[in-house]
Amino acid sequence: MYVAVKGGERAILNSHELIAETRRGDTSVPEVSTWQISEQLGLAVDRVMAEGSLYDRDLAALAIKQAQGDLVEAIFLLRAYRTTLPRLAVSLPVDTAEMLVRRRVSAAYKDIPGGQVLGPTYDYTHRLLDFALAAEEGVGDPEAPVGETPLEEGMPHVADILDYEGLIEPEVPAEDADEPFDLTREPMSFPADRDQRLQNLARGDEGFVLALGYSTQRGFGGTHPFAGEIRMGEVSIEIVPEELGFAIDIGDVVVSECHMINQFEGSAERPPQFTRGYGLSFGHNERKVMAMALVDRALRAREFGEEARYPAEDEEFVLYHADNVEAAGFVSHLKLPHYVDFQAELGLIRKLRREFEERQQKDAAE
Amino acid sequence: MSALEEVRWDAAYNFAYLDEQTKRMIRRALLKAIAVPGYQVPFGGREMPLAYGWGTGGIQVTASVIGPDDTLKVIDQGADDTTNAVSIRRFFSRVAGVDTTEATEEADIIQTRHRIPEAPLREGQVLVYQVPQPEPLRQLEPRETETRKMHGYAEYGLMHVRLYEDIARYGHIATTYSYPVMVNGRYLMSPSPIPKFDNPKMQDNPAIQLFGAGREKRIYAIPPYASVKSLDFDDHPFEVQTWDEACALCGAQNSYLDEVVLDDRGGKMFVCSDTHFCADRRAEGHRGELGGDPAALAFARTAEEEGADR
Amino acid sequence: MSTSHDAALLKPGFTDAVFEAQAGFRALLDALAYAGRITTLEVSLDPPAPLDPATAAIALTLFDFDTKVWLDAPAAAGPVPAWIRFHCGSPIVSETHDAQFALVADARHLPGLGDFDIGEDRHPDRSSTLVIQVPALTGGSATRWTGPGINGSIEVAIAALPEGFWAQWDDNHALYPQGVDVLFVCGRQVIGLPRGVKVEV
Repeated sequence: MYVAVKGGERAILNSHELIAETRRGDTSVPEVSTWQISEQLGLAVDRVMAEGSLYDRDLAALAIKQAQGDLVEAIFLLRAYRTTLPRLAVSLPVDTAEMLVRRRVSAAYKDIPGGQVLGPTYDYTHRLLDFALAAEEGVGDPEAPVGETPLEEGMPHVADILDYEGLIEPEVPAEDADEPFDLTREPMSFPADRDQRLQNLARGDEGFVLALGYSTQRGFGGTHPFAGEIRMGEVSIEIVPEELGFAIDIGDVVVSECHMINQFEGSAERPPQFTRGYGLSFGHNERKVMAMALVDRALRAREFGEEARYPAEDEEFVLYHADNVEAAGFVSHLKLPHYVDFQAELGLIRKLRREFEERQQKDAAE
Repeated sequence: MSALEEVRWDAAYNFAYLDEQTKRMIRRALLKAIAVPGYQVPFGGREMPLAYGWGTGGIQVTASVIGPDDTLKVIDQGADDTTNAVSIRRFFSRVAGVDTTEATEEADIIQTRHRIPEAPLREGQVLVYQVPQPEPLRQLEPRETETRKMHGYAEYGLMHVRLYEDIARYGHIATTYSYPVMVNGRYLMSPSPIPKFDNPKMQDNPAIQLFGAGREKRIYAIPPYASVKSLDFDDHPFEVQTWDEACALCGAQNSYLDEVVLDDRGGKMFVCSDTHFCADRRAEGHRGELGGDPAALAFARTAEEEGADR
Repeated sequence: MSTSHDAALLKPGFTDAVFEAQAGFRALLDALAYAGRITTLEVSLDPPAPLDPATAAIALTLFDFDTKVWLDAPAAAGPVPAWIRFHCGSPIVSETHDAQFALVADARHLPGLGDFDIGEDRHPDRSSTLVIQVPALTGGSATRWTGPGINGSIEVAIAALPEGFWAQWDDNHALYPQGVDVLFVCGRQVIGLPRGVKVEV
């Protein structure tokens, strides 16, 4: 019988009870708190904030707990909450040159003004499972040594150093730079300008953006990138309240930023210059911003008169498929009953087979 | 207004969940959609507390249309008791405190996925379709920039070619649902994944038909008494599905039937997909060939008991 | 935005923004869907002169900071611009072609329909909606409307439209699917005329 689908309300309520029980797991194990998630699963929180487009560690941690660690589900929870929030003010653009840097590296130069700052990174950890973390007594109170000299305040971007020599394309604000495109309020539109593309990539699924960025490296749209600079740290957010008329600092957020320096372009009129790819994201999301910068550059093909041949260069393909809330929803909707349409297809295929057999019999008779 | 005296919905959210600015934006899009029947109006679709593809577009349209005195019916596959229909009905009970019904004729607003009710609709009723893919040309041309151009110039040759290829290969047009229609003689439109059986109900319908695609962020509409023609050819006119069987429960011969598998040896029965239509007929005394069979009745009862639980 | 001093002088908006806007919208949906029929907006609104209650209700229902609004001379002269800015936050534009909505308090001051935004071939939704106040929705010269939203045909006799209006409407209808849409208003009543409707005089 088809009772499973006809089960209706009682089935839904029971399912809710069952996920609550499953989420809690073995009750002899202490329950994880959102504080623990926020503090000890910080990179998961960062990803959820970035793709959820909402900077709130506590809510992201709650979403991760509620979603039982399913980050795509947690991102969805945060997005759905975000849409109910009032829009109180629009901040000024953040100045990442004034970032309180925790990590900053450039692959393009041996040394850079302000210095290379390795900071917290898994890059040079050997990927050996650390069984000490599984020890019953825990890891205690690990403490990293403090540097001998404090970091310089205000570190210029490597791209600006190149810009000073005219070696990289200048960054010219768009005419409508005061009012950037906002995907949370307007539907996607094409051709898409860079503001729309960057917002889409910043909210886009890390795995999707990573795979696209990787594809450009393997030759599906070569961009010949150098990691000009990757930095991560705190930037302050400023707003200008209408009644005050001047900017006030309303708090700090951690962001990751990547400037890629890409193959140069030149023509009879223009001397050759390196081109830019850019990535920015909430939290510590280095893999994401690097991939984002690769895809940003690939999507600028039209700007440089390059033929858009590969997936990462195709803005409709990239922008329409980057959002994991949309993608997960549409893939999962196949779980909904489709039996009315399936019935229509059953009717047709039976009819077509009947006609096929009739034709065969007729041919055999002749 | 009674709604002002007692708050009947979840006060943590605005009435019908959406904020007023979002409703205004959707309402403006709806009015333009009515003025240009079949044309897909882009709108700033919001993220809803329901997955994309599960009715977010229909929900946003319903939330922008519904008032505290409206009665709502929600169906999925023609049934009031499928899990997604129950879930959406619960959502509106919670965020709008509206009355709900399973009776087509009692509803002011009917939100539907994949069916048009069998009972004729009347003036003033609003039928809200959930639409997964609003673009009828999308399977033929994946690019929005291209399909928008085709609609702009009414260049629909590609679709005619596709349908004709079916005829060449199978002897029929092999599209059984989401069968494309031409609205008011101008726009090619996806009727949403309703079976083509339902297409003729769209033509000259006295009710207002609204379509919401949340993920694709498009709204479109068919005003009452509008021309909605299913594409066909002079030598291959449009036809709807027919069954050799009648509904096993109510005996209806003119309704859309679902095939219910009874065992793994080919045993099956056919029953109305529109559960309310079927129950109404049985209440009037109509019986199908299994109408007295305990197993078949148990199947029908499951649905009714679930309804009574609410 | 107006100062609080100005605000005190302004007529109020809806008593209950959520439900009056919902009711207003449903009436407008009916008016445009069932073209040619008289629909009543059940509002208790004290509108700023020279707006009719229904015109004011349309503004409060549909306008906000995202909609550009054009006003005819009689509407622009009085308290209406400040009232719209305060209650809706809409920018008031001086060019008819920039208007998403146009409020015409006196049909005699109606500019040519072709002066408004007719939308684009790929985006016909981006066209102006005109709200035109008339002294009466009945008793004028009879016209016969046919098209989407109309069961067969309907007789409409809107009073005191400027001469040549229906010839202009013919031109507008010929632009379909582009073109402007019109809501005729008198008091609390509205008649919708979407671009797809053909009108015979």
